[in-house]
Amino acid sequence: MPAGSSYAYYPGCTLHSTAREYDVSLRLVCQKLGIELRELRDWACCGASSAHAESRLLGIALPARTLQAAEEMGLPLGVACAMCFSRLKLASHELADGDTLDLVGRIIGRGFGNKATVVHMLQVLDSEREALPVKRTLEGLKVASYYGCLLVRPRDIVGFDDEENPQIMDRLVEATGAHAVPWGFKTECCGAGFSVPRADIQLKLSHRILSQAKAAGADCVSVACPLCHSNLDSYQQVMRREYEHEIGLPVLYFTQLVGLALGLEPRELLLNRHVTDPLPVLKARGLA
Amino acid sequence: MARIGVFLCHCGTNIAGTVNIPRLLEAAQRMPMVVYAAESKFSCSEPGQASIRAAIAEERLGRVVIACCSPRMHENTFRKAVAGAGLNPYLLEIANVREQCSWVHGFDKEAATAKAIELVRMAVAKVARHEPLSPQVMGLTKRALIIGGGIAGIQAALDIANAGHEVVLVEREPSIGGRMAQLDKTFPTLDCSACILTPKMVDIAQHPKITLLSYAQVEGVEGFIGNFRVRIRKKARYVNEERCTGCGTCWQKCPEKTPSEFDSDMGQRTAIYIPFLQAVPNKPVIDTAHCRYIKYLEWSQEKEGKKPPECRICEKLCPTGAIDWEQQDEVIEEEFGAIVVATGYQTFDPAAYAEYGGGAYPDVITGLQMERLMSASGPTGGEVIRPSDGAHPKTVVFVSCVGSRDEHKGRSYCSKVCCMYMAKHAIMLREHDPEVQSYIFYIDIRAGGKDYEEFVRRAQEEAGAIYLRGRISKIYPEEDKLIVLGEDSLIGRPVEIAADLVVLATGIEPSAGADELARELNISYDSYNFMVEAHPKLRPVETQTDGIYLAGACIGPRDIPETVAQGSAAAAKAVALFSQDSITTDPMTALVDPLKCVGCLVCVEVCPFNAAEAQLARDGRTIAAINEGLCKGCGLCVAACRPGAINLRGFTDQQLLAEVTELWR
Amino acid sequence: MKMAQLTPAGTIHPFPRSGLQVFVESQSGQQVLRCYQCGKCTAGCPSAYAMDLGPRRVMRAIQLGLKDEVLASSTIWLCLQCQTCSARCPAEIGIAEVMESLRLLAAAERSRPAERDVALFHRLFRDLIRRWGRIYELGLGALYNLRGRHPFANLGLVPRLLSRGKLPLLPQRTKGASQVRAIFARVRAAEREAPPSEAKEGTDASRQ
Repeated sequence: MPAGSSYAYYPGCTLHSTAREYDVSLRLVCQKLGIELRELRDWACCGASSAHAESRLLGIALPARTLQAAEEMGLPLGVACAMCFSRLKLASHELADGDTLDLVGRIIGRGFGNKATVVHMLQVLDSEREALPVKRTLEGLKVASYYGCLLVRPRDIVGFDDEENPQIMDRLVEATGAHAVPWGFKTECCGAGFSVPRADIQLKLSHRILSQAKAAGADCVSVACPLCHSNLDSYQQVMRREYEHEIGLPVLYFTQLVGLALGLEPRELLLNRHVTDPLPVLKARGLA
Repeated sequence: MARIGVFLCHCGTNIAGTVNIPRLLEAAQRMPMVVYAAESKFSCSEPGQASIRAAIAEERLGRVVIACCSPRMHENTFRKAVAGAGLNPYLLEIANVREQCSWVHGFDKEAATAKAIELVRMAVAKVARHEPLSPQVMGLTKRALIIGGGIAGIQAALDIANAGHEVVLVEREPSIGGRMAQLDKTFPTLDCSACILTPKMVDIAQHPKITLLSYAQVEGVEGFIGNFRVRIRKKARYVNEERCTGCGTCWQKCPEKTPSEFDSDMGQRTAIYIPFLQAVPNKPVIDTAHCRYIKYLEWSQEKEGKKPPECRICEKLCPTGAIDWEQQDEVIEEEFGAIVVATGYQTFDPAAYAEYGGGAYPDVITGLQMERLMSASGPTGGEVIRPSDGAHPKTVVFVSCVGSRDEHKGRSYCSKVCCMYMAKHAIMLREHDPEVQSYIFYIDIRAGGKDYEEFVRRAQEEAGAIYLRGRISKIYPEEDKLIVLGEDSLIGRPVEIAADLVVLATGIEPSAGADELARELNISYDSYNFMVEAHPKLRPVETQTDGIYLAGACIGPRDIPETVAQGSAAAAKAVALFSQDSITTDPMTALVDPLKCVGCLVCVEVCPFNAAEAQLARDGRTIAAINEGLCKGCGLCVAACRPGAINLRGFTDQQLLAEVTELWR
Repeated sequence: MKMAQLTPAGTIHPFPRSGLQVFVESQSGQQVLRCYQCGKCTAGCPSAYAMDLGPRRVMRAIQLGLKDEVLASSTIWLCLQCQTCSARCPAEIGIAEVMESLRLLAAAERSRPAERDVALFHRLFRDLIRRWGRIYELGLGALYNLRGRHPFANLGLVPRLLSRGKLPLLPQRTKGASQVRAIFARVRAAEREAPPSEAKEGTDASRQ
């Protein structure tokens, strides 16, 4: 776990569009903590789940372009989106094979050494956890930390935390003063990219996660992936119709929670842009 | 000049099918010092051995080489044969032309034959330099130590004691009884476990030849077969066993409660306690980690923190003044001729399965916890109720193979008894409550014992248990139920059940500390910490260490009939040992040449059996000497000795060099 | 769950070491024969309830060499790639990687995917990245609805996303787009030279 204060930053496609809140809150938090994020220039999509559905080589080559850019910058690569993180880690793992590295180097048009270290922003903030300058404690807020399925699996590729009951986000939540509720659905899949082609499956899975979080006593859910955020945040009204079940659980990025604790304002952190409004819960806890 | 005889064994086609025996015979006849060579179909057979003896007598042979299978198979057989002809049995050398030749070079007969000729030449060169050796005769102590007071240890102890020998049974818990005491009923007869066990426990307590050391542990073991010296620590009970009458006043009145290990944490016990009502001995023990007064005594040393109450209620109420706060651990040393290891098992901790809640859900319990619930002397008086709210469960789901057949959790093996105990639980549940519906998720049913298959059928046909083939992936709570996600692989659909209670059929693993004990005893154990038998098929209750025997689940998962049989089997080995008045040790031990020894004592450091020791020579030098009783002939000291002062009888440097030199010729 | 098996499916003549098994093993690096069919994968698979075979039966089909059945299954397309199966398999098999190798085989052999919409979604996603270098959500949604012939799918969310400024109307710009296009082209060329789906040994199980 590199403890540097500068990272090559790879936002991932959605952080500049549907998940802008994640990008903005992350930058503000890093600014406060003195962590420099140098966004990769002209970065492109990691390929998500679609590239490797057709071609193994494409699934490695697209993230390889990013790995090469980070290597050129000479900084560890900080990634925000769990899907991007997973693809980059897997690509790096495949590129350990010399022949693959050569071939992919030729495909992206640039030779490289596969030397970039890839970390998720959770790991970056975790390294600051002990000395977090909390200005506004989130005490009283009960948070269900939702990791999603890709962040900590497969363990031998991703390299940190437990596959069934990870703790890294819970620890960060606790560091803000909030209470990380113990619950059993931390790594169950939210439905991922099926929100378009098989919305029925995605709805069922996301609903089950939210119900469990609610039953565990959470006021809100914390996430580290834009797709998880979208799946859990955007469909709660549909769930109310479909399952006759009022969920009403706001879904926040962990960076927004940390940002609040560091004294930033909800509007700055774009908390007002979520579909399920978090402001009532925050107001009720005296946090907004 | 040695007159060497060479005997070639065909071993059927095992050797003769690959090695050209006639050519080997011809080569052997021309070897130096060989005056006689013969072949035989099966040298180890009656006629085979007879022909060897006859040849020794007729040809006046002084040394014998037998080219056959591995010495591990028949060296002893052939030694006896040679001795039978009046020759010292150590004037024999085996050339392994089977396991190390014909069996591995089956595709190249030319090469195999050439190699066999070389092996025989080497053996001839070596045996020419053999000296006659005599085993040492030593006395033995006809007392047995049984480590572990579960049913295996109890059976072994009773059998050895009934044969007239003294037995010491050491048990580290406050009472004997082991796992069987915790069980409610036993499959397939549904006998009450405690009812069949406690008479044997009482026999132990009352047997004139058995000394029971409970709440005691074996700390150190030295010596060898017939002559073990064992250090045993008798842990302080803080209760004077002579004075205590077992009236029970102390533990009935003790105010401190803590989860009961015997009840598998389903119930509570007090700080001064007996583990269960039929405990043997029926004398309590004070648990120093929870006793208020002991905590007070500790507090009064440093006076830090909150002052614990100066309780002493047990002391005040004890009618015979049996409480003794001054009591210390007592370490004793005893001598034994044989040791039986019967340390038993514990069950797998399901905390490793975070997908099943990792121990956080109160209504997800283990098989042993279910036994305690069902037991009439258990924490709920035999009522099967949900730990969360005390309600009677109507839907109970059983999950098999928790901690078994699961490489991901580090346990590849099958625990053998879980399929049977799940069926037992299902049958018993129906008896407790005719409205209970059991669902048993299995992968394969293992029911190989007598009446076992019928028992499992009974669970399905009479007790109405629904068997679903599929491993459970996840258990999570929903309202007051537990959702169990599985698959019925026979029909091929995912299955979801809302259970009131879930029982995890946790597997068997060796008791904690088994590896430490094994190291102390110098016996082998495997990567799971199960003890390793001398031979899994033919020597199931012996270890590679003479005089130390095994019985029961410390060897591997097994059920009660097997365990009891093994207890008796281990006892038979010990009794056979004790039927002799002396034992002979292997003479192939190391010998120090005091003229060459410089006293560096490296051999003392490397010897794994503590057989090498420092000695004062007559000229005042310190030199090394080997205790032949302890020496196992491993040769480490020979290799480590820098001046080359140590030689191994039967494998001297001269003998080995002769072999190597012969090979280069 | 859709049940292809309740309709007559023909007798199987199992073929050990089939071309399918060899391909899957070499592509995914997983030892398919270690699977003892315990069912934990299907039990924990979040989308198994909607699948025809489920991961366990797919593993069995590979062991028996039933290539047609596997490539025609909805299972390989309804797989969410969530890794739950791999994370929990007691035999330590990377089932998710096996599924991946099957999707690659299906693509290489141009098998008609059983889940049309899922395959379409993936194809459009790839096309948009090739064009723009980054994903263009509005474009993806629009094309999906048009090409998939369900014009009103997923529309409910759009107004809310637009009003919160979360759905850009235009695609993101990056100079990297041309490099991405080049990558796609080079990958295609490389795969034409060394097609990934060559199965070296045996044939597949015949079915009546």
